[in-house]
Order: sequence, then structure tokens, then C-alpha cells
Amino acid sequence: MTLAISDLKVTLGGREILRGVDLELRAGQVHGLAGESGSGKTMTGLAVLGLLPHGARVSGRITLGERDLLAMTPRQLNAVRGGEVAMVFQDPATSLHPMLTIGRQLTEHMRHHMRLDRRQARARAADLLRQVRIPGAEEALGRYPHQFSGGMRQRIAIAVALACSPKVLIADEPTTALDVTVQAGILRLLRGLCDDLDLAVLLVTHDLGVMSAVADEVSVMRDGVVVETGPRAQVLRDPAHPYTRALLDSLPGETS
Amino acid sequence: MKLPRAWRQPLAITGGVIALAWFVIALSAPLLAPHDPLAQELPRLAPPGPGHWFGTDQLGRDILSRVMYGARLSIPLTLLLVAMSVLVGGLLGAISGYFGKWVDETIMRFADLVFAFPTVILAMVVAAALGASLANAVLAVLVVAWPAYARVTRGLVLGVRQREFVLSGRLLGFSAWRSLRVDVLPNVTGPILVLATLDIGTALLLLSGLSFLGLGAKPPSPEWGAMVASGVEVFDSWWVAAFPGLAILTVVLAFNFLGDTLRDALDPRTARAIKERAL
Amino acid sequence: MSIKRPPAPGDDPKAARREPGRRGARSPLARFLVRRVLTALLLAVGITLVTFVLTNLVPGDPVAANLGQRALGDPAIVAQWRTEHGLDKPLPEQYLLHLRGVVQGDLGTSQQSHRPVLDDLADSVPATLELAGAAILISIVVGVAFGVVAALRRDRFSDHLLRVLSLFGISVPTFWLALTAFYVLFYRLRIAPGSGRIDPGLTPPPHVTGLYTLDAALAGQWDVFSSAVGHLVTPALVLALYTIGLLTRFTRSAVLEVLGQDHVRAGRAKGLPPRVILFRYVLRPALVPVITVAGLAFGSLLSGTVLVEAIFAWPGVGQYAYKSATTLDLPAVMGVGLVVGGVYLVINLIVDVLYGVIDPRVRLS
Ligand SMILES: Nc1ncnc2c1ncn2[C@@H]1O[C@H](COP(=O)(O)OP(=O)(O)O)[C@@H](O)[C@H]1O
Ligand SMILES: [Mg+2]
Repeated sequence: MTLAISDLKVTLGGREILRGVDLELRAGQVHGLAGESGSGKTMTGLAVLGLLPHGARVSGRITLGERDLLAMTPRQLNAVRGGEVAMVFQDPATSLHPMLTIGRQLTEHMRHHMRLDRRQARARAADLLRQVRIPGAEEALGRYPHQFSGGMRQRIAIAVALACSPKVLIADEPTTALDVTVQAGILRLLRGLCDDLDLAVLLVTHDLGVMSAVADEVSVMRDGVVVETGPRAQVLRDPAHPYTRALLDSLPGETS
Repeated sequence: MKLPRAWRQPLAITGGVIALAWFVIALSAPLLAPHDPLAQELPRLAPPGPGHWFGTDQLGRDILSRVMYGARLSIPLTLLLVAMSVLVGGLLGAISGYFGKWVDETIMRFADLVFAFPTVILAMVVAAALGASLANAVLAVLVVAWPAYARVTRGLVLGVRQREFVLSGRLLGFSAWRSLRVDVLPNVTGPILVLATLDIGTALLLLSGLSFLGLGAKPPSPEWGAMVASGVEVFDSWWVAAFPGLAILTVVLAFNFLGDTLRDALDPRTARAIKERAL
Repeated sequence: MSIKRPPAPGDDPKAARREPGRRGARSPLARFLVRRVLTALLLAVGITLVTFVLTNLVPGDPVAANLGQRALGDPAIVAQWRTEHGLDKPLPEQYLLHLRGVVQGDLGTSQQSHRPVLDDLADSVPATLELAGAAILISIVVGVAFGVVAALRRDRFSDHLLRVLSLFGISVPTFWLALTAFYVLFYRLRIAPGSGRIDPGLTPPPHVTGLYTLDAALAGQWDVFSSAVGHLVTPALVLALYTIGLLTRFTRSAVLEVLGQDHVRAGRAKGLPPRVILFRYVLRPALVPVITVAGLAFGSLLSGTVLVEAIFAWPGVGQYAYKSATTLDLPAVMGVGLVVGGVYLVINLIVDVLYGVIDPRVRLS
């Protein structure tokens, strides 16, 4: 097991947003996290990276290998972020820095975490762009985010996340902001990268259709707790919890 | 705009209290002032002390009384000035935004031209050309102050104009003037009010600056800027310039405290629109 | 660099987007420059026209302002003075004459100093640029630093303190502050040198830029340099107070806005050091609105020089403008108008170029 979250509680402004979340991620597996909007999926992802909004109070355990991320000093945590645990955000139009070249955004944390020099970092950056299938990787390094389409930007954001060879990738609704036509491509890419690189992927989505396409394991969240966890086939075909069943029933044109 | 709660803040309360105090002083200066502001009846250049708590000037006039009477000049004139800027600028901006095309071009290029000049220099030229008097100084400041309102109003009108109800009003055959008055005006008053509050301080600074340069109030008048100027000649006697200067500072500060709170209370998008166009 | 060609009407503004990288930056830049120069010319003509109209169509009489009481009583002297200064011609002709002179680099002769206005300006402009330049530098450094601190410590004590301080900064009457600073620092405490640009005993450094500090440093005259810096500090600080307040408020809100943006969180998720997040991810995007305000603030600094120069006996454009405005010295007033309008255009150009440097989206589209 690569990453284990147990009894994670988060309080923000006097309200308990996460009320004891348990999740386990394994290398080489995509773990789908479903649930309606506001159920706490994003907060769970942010808690892993220690990026919760100001004033959030956290308790529980988030273990990466042997270490508890919640017990780390800010400096230790900074080494984990982007290094061992990386994150892809929902909207690539805003999550990439609009004023830095793609090359800069791909290399800056590599040079910091992996202590690469300029040339090594650039070579690796071009490799990464090829890996996420950006055409003309070398030239793309000199361009800016606004010069790419939404789907391409999300591929770039994935490349940025993969730059330091993380063990865990948290993808928070990576396809929600994209055109329907490019969503499948992004999901297939994530699935392939998970298999090739032996990543533990947490794929957050409120779309069970997305889930059924790529996830190995599925967890369903509601009101800050995980109500059901299990292999995809079991959870989606034979849901134990009534809430999961309700979610499935609301899917248009989905029959078992 | 939800004012009541936003006002319950130290800054707004301080500003409100100071402003109120100055209004009271302005209204009741004849009752409060210990001396006639123009009477040269005290020892000259006496430092602050009993009988003349702010000291006396080089003609033996009581500075405290002059500062109090000064409020009767500066405060109403500044308010009048801002009101006129709002009217002139708001009207021109509304016309500009509503009719667009060459009307818009002409008015806005004119506003640009005014913006290209540092305010004091332009106001100074206007005031000098009109001849030094307090009324002309007010006109001079008006000349430099209207474009800010024109820009803000124009932007807001453009925004409102896009909305359907204005269009449908025009389709129904309402006159342009009527739809400007009924549909557009109510939507722009809030932001304009904030801008005006923030502008009161700037206007007073400019007005007293012109008087300081000798382009505003004439000598015996207890105008604050002119009083500071008279203190330059005898700057050894610090009190001659210090107290009228503090009077300007406190009035401006009060309105800036109020305006700043008001801006925070406004929704962020409007606040930003104001900032971008007005400065 | 290849030769820039003016934009043709058929040019596709989106061409740069499709043709990315450095190559795409040129044609929009050329377009941008042409547009700027045209605006500048238009504005220059507008400025001459406005100053001309203002100074002619209003009740003030330059003859009365310039001749003594006795001379005014003598029609012959008055008529001669009017002919001498071209005031007997019809107004449009006077304006065209003036405009032609401007184009030829002749701004006319000051009625006050009896010298070419251009020479007067050449003497006074560098003094003001030195003062206003020092003030804007101080304002940007201090104002941005204060604004960043206020934003990062939002709603904490230092934020509230900086808010009150910056509101004070924009509320103090500049002329009064100048006087107070002069009285306290020079007259009472004697820690600041007196008025003027250098100590009276020293000769100004050899003229290169007209900025005494720079010229003295270039000539290696360190005693003159330190005296010039000493004389510059107090008036520059007085002048800067207002713009510091302005920039603090704007930087604060700009930084707060950027702090809430997605790319900052994404940058943190990359594990970049806090220093990098602050400068590269927060401050750089926040600088775009701050630069606009800094450009506008320079205008208000020029306003301030009129008031500050009077107190510190600083021989700059502010004093020159004041003298020529109060005496209705038309050529001088128009000369000041042109210079000031020109400075405004240059500042605008600098601001636009900085936009392009900071934000590639401006450069490439
Ligand atoms: N910055 C914040 N401050 C306070 N509450 C927040 C903040 N962000 C999110 N929340 C609350 O936390 C809960 C969980 O949010 P989130 O994790 O974003 O949900 P999801 O990603 O599942 O849609 C929601 O009820 C939301 O209102
Ligand atoms: Mg979410």
C-alpha cells in the first residue's frame, strides 16, 4: 500500500468538513473517488498535500510508506509535495502559471527537487511532453499556456505533475473543465501512465461514468465520509449503500 | 451594498466622528470661536497659550478662531465641488456611454487630455488664467476632477446598456433620455457615491493647495491653505502653519477613512471597476 | 531586427497567436508603436491647443500681469509690448505661429526670463526628473513591500496598521508636510541640509544628464554627490508619501487577488520554496495592476513637485510652471504643458512595455 488515509477529520470555520475519511491507494492502481459536489473530495486531496485553506484544523493519519504526512514539518512536507505526491487540478486554464513558459513550469520543481541542471531538466521536460503526447515537444517548451487548447493544457499539467517521478498522483476532476471530445483521451492517458509508471492514482470525480471507465477501486463519499469502498465491478454493479445506488440510478443511459 | 454592518468598524467610526466634529465646528464657529477671525487684536506671533490656544499670526489674529471659521469655507466648498464634479462628469460619462460613436470618442478623448496633465499644474493654469479667487479655484479643480466620474459612469452605463431591459425600453419607444434616467441612473449611483466620498479628500487637498499657491482665497480670508502659506513667511513660529495644516489633514483623513470602508463594503467587482477607471 | 512595417488594415490580429514564440511578437509590436506615436502626436496637438485656448480666451490679461502700473497707463508701451509678443495678430494665426515654432523646436521666448523657453526648460526639467524619479523609486520599493506584507498578514495587526498608515499617506497635504519636514529636520534638528540641490559652497557637477547625483558620480566628485543625495532625500520622501500610500493599498488588493488564484495553489503543490512562490507566482502577476498605478502615480508626483519645489527652493519645472502660470507667460506655460504631456506619454510607453515584459499574453496577442 502506497498511501493510506485513516480517520481524516478537517474542521474549517467551526464546521466539520471531513468527518473521518478512510482511503487506501496502491501502486499501479487507479482509485476512483466519487460523490456529489461539496461532499469533501477536493478537501481530501488537498489535505494529503497540506494545502488546506487557512485556518483549517486537521486530525487523523495520512501515511506515505512509513511516514505520517500530517506530522511533518513544513519543510519536510515541501519535499514530498511535487516530489513523491503530485496533484493535477480541475481547470488547466487557471492552474498553470499564465506568465511562465511551459518549459519553465516543467523544469523549475525538477531542478529544485531532483537537483538537475538546466540541460538535463530541459531534456527530461521534452521527454515528458512526448510521454503525454504533446506534438512538437521541443518547441512547446518555449510556449505559454494560453497558446494551447484546454485538452493540451491538461496534458501539460499532467506532465508537470509527473516531472519528479511521484509515487502518488492526485487528479482532482481532471476532465470536468474539458470538452467532452477530449475527456476520454485524458482518462486513457492517466490509465496508461498509472500502468507504465506504477503510480498510485487517486482519481476524483463526481461522474460515475468516468469512474467505470478507468478505476480499479472505487470509493463513494458523502457529507465528509466514505460510505462505500470496493473493487469497481462490485461497487458499480452491486452497490451495498443506498446512496451509491441512488447515484448510479441518476446516471443517464447506464445499465449495470 | 449592505452599509449598516460594514460601518461598525473602528476606521469608519473614527472617520465619522471626526467628520461630524468638523461639521459641528463649521456650523457653530461663531458660537465656538473665542475671537473674531479677522480682528487683529492680540499680540503678534504669540505662541500657543491661555487665551489663544493655537497661538496668533503675524497680524495678531487668533489662529484657533481662524481655523474654526476656515471650516465654514473649506468644507462646504469641497462638498459643492465634488457634487459639481459628479454632476458634470456623470452626465458627460452617461451621454458618452449611452450614445457611443463620435459623441463617446469626443468626450473621452477630452477626458484623456485632462488626464494627461498633472492635476495641480492644469488647475494652476486654469486658476491663474481665470484670476485668483476662491470661486475660480473651485472651477479650476472642477476642470480636472470631472473625467474620473465620466470614465466610471461611462463604463457602468456601457455595462447596463447591454442588458435587455434597456434595449426593450428603447424598442417600446421610450426616449433615450427617459431610459437613461429610469434604467441607467439607479444602477450607477452606488459606485459613484463611493467614488465621490473618496474624492472629497483629494478635492480639499487640491483646493487648499491652490490657495497655498496664492491662486485661491484672498488674504484676510481664513482659508486653511492660505493660512499655511502665510506660515511659510514666519516658519520660525511653527504654529501659524501647523494648525491649519492639521485641520486639512484631519478632514481629508476622515473622509478617506469613510470612503475606504465604503469601498470595502461594495462588491469587489464594482470596486475594481472604480479603481481601474478612476485612478 | 528586421524593418518594421506599419500594420495594414487587412492584418489578422490573431496571426501572432498561430505563429507562436519570439517571431510572432514583431508585427503586433510595430502596430502598437505606430498607434502609440499617433496618439502621442494627437495628444501633443491637443495639449498646445488646450493651453493656448485656456491662456487666451479667459479674462486674465498677460499685459497686466507683465507690465508695471505706470507702463500700463501708456498706450504706446502697451501696444509695443503686444506687437513684440505677437499678441496683435488674430488668435488662430497666433496659434498656428506657435505650432510652427514648436515643430521647429522653437517654443518661443519667455516673457518673464526673456530667454528661449526651451533653454529655461532644459535647466529646470532635469531637476524635477531627479526629484520625481527618486520619489517614484522610493514609492515603488516601499509601497510594494508594505502592500505585500499587508496582504500576507491579512486582518492581522500589521495589516490594520499599514492600512491606517497608507490612508494617512494619501491624506497629508503635501505643501504642509514639506514645510513641516523643512522646519523639523532642517531648522530644528539640523539633520537635513537646507534648500536647493547642493550645498551653496559647491559648484554643480559637469553637465551630462542634468541629474546632479548621476553627474557627480560620473565625474567622481563624491563630495558633490553626497551633498546632492543629502539635498534630494527630504523633498523626495515628502513627495513620495502620497504615492507610497496609494501603492500600498493597490499592491495589497492585487496580491490578495492573486493569492486566491489556482496557479498559486498549483505552485505550492509542486513543492516550490515559499520564496519562489512569493516572487514568481504571486508578485509577478500582481505587478501588472501595480505598474499601471505606479505610472499614474508619477503624474501625481509631478503635481506634487509644484508644491514641494516651492518650499525646498528646488529649481525645477514645478517652480517654473508656477511662475509662468501666475504671470500668464503664455509661451512658458505652453512649453511646460508640452514637456509634461511628453513625460506622460513616455511614462505610458514604459508602462506598456513593462506589461509586455511581465505578461507574455500582452506581448503575444
Ligand atoms: N475555502 C473554504 N472555506 C470554507 N469551506 C470550504 C472551503 N472550500 C470548500 N469548503 C466546504 O468544504 C466542503 C467540501 O468541499 P469540497 O471538498 O470542495 O467538495 P467536492 O470537491 O467534493 O465538491 C463543502 O461543503 C464546501 O462548502
Ligand atoms: Mg471539488
